[in-house]
Amino acid sequence: MDQQTKDLINKEIENNDVCLFMKGTPDSPQCGFSMAISNILKILEVNFKGVNVLENQQIREGIKEYSEWPTIPQLYIKKEFLGGCDIIKEMYENGELKKILKDKNLSFKN
Amino acid sequence: MTMNLKEIENHIKEALPDATIEIQDLAGDGNHYSATVTSSQFAGKNKIEQHKMVYNSLKGKMGNELHALAIKTKEQ
Repeated sequence: MDQQTKDLINKEIENNDVCLFMKGTPDSPQCGFSMAISNILKILEVNFKGVNVLENQQIREGIKEYSEWPTIPQLYIKKEFLGGCDIIKEMYENGELKKILKDKNLSFKN
Repeated sequence: MTMNLKEIENHIKEALPDATIEIQDLAGDGNHYSATVTSSQFAGKNKIEQHKMVYNSLKGKMGNELHALAIKTKEQ
């Protein structure tokens, strides 16, 4: 991954407390897995930025290397990689996601 | 590009020999699977590390030949 791509990704993660790398946008997701995480964040009324990787091939490939994770979506909360769709769904269902949001002082609907 | 169920199972089994693996072909199209993997090797590791172990066992096929594999990991 080149430095420019890395800087782009760093910028998104640093500027957005909750940053979702996804296919499509929160209003118009282009993949069921991206939609699943986006919907969870919407249900929890979390303020998040959806980064549409379909609009940027550099980020689309770069984020996989950056996170050492082969798939998209990927969720970052306060610069920490939390996981992909399966993990986030599991964390939502068992309450861990709320706990993390709370621990990180992010507002959400309890 | 597709991958059959047995291939996926063999890859995971090779990396995690003690694992119990349940795989389902979700859409019947050889492209959308879900796998539940139970292994003692997951002990002491967080979910991200556990899922990475499964992804790594697929040697780069995830996201390429294999479009979608929902993973659930359990410690034995």
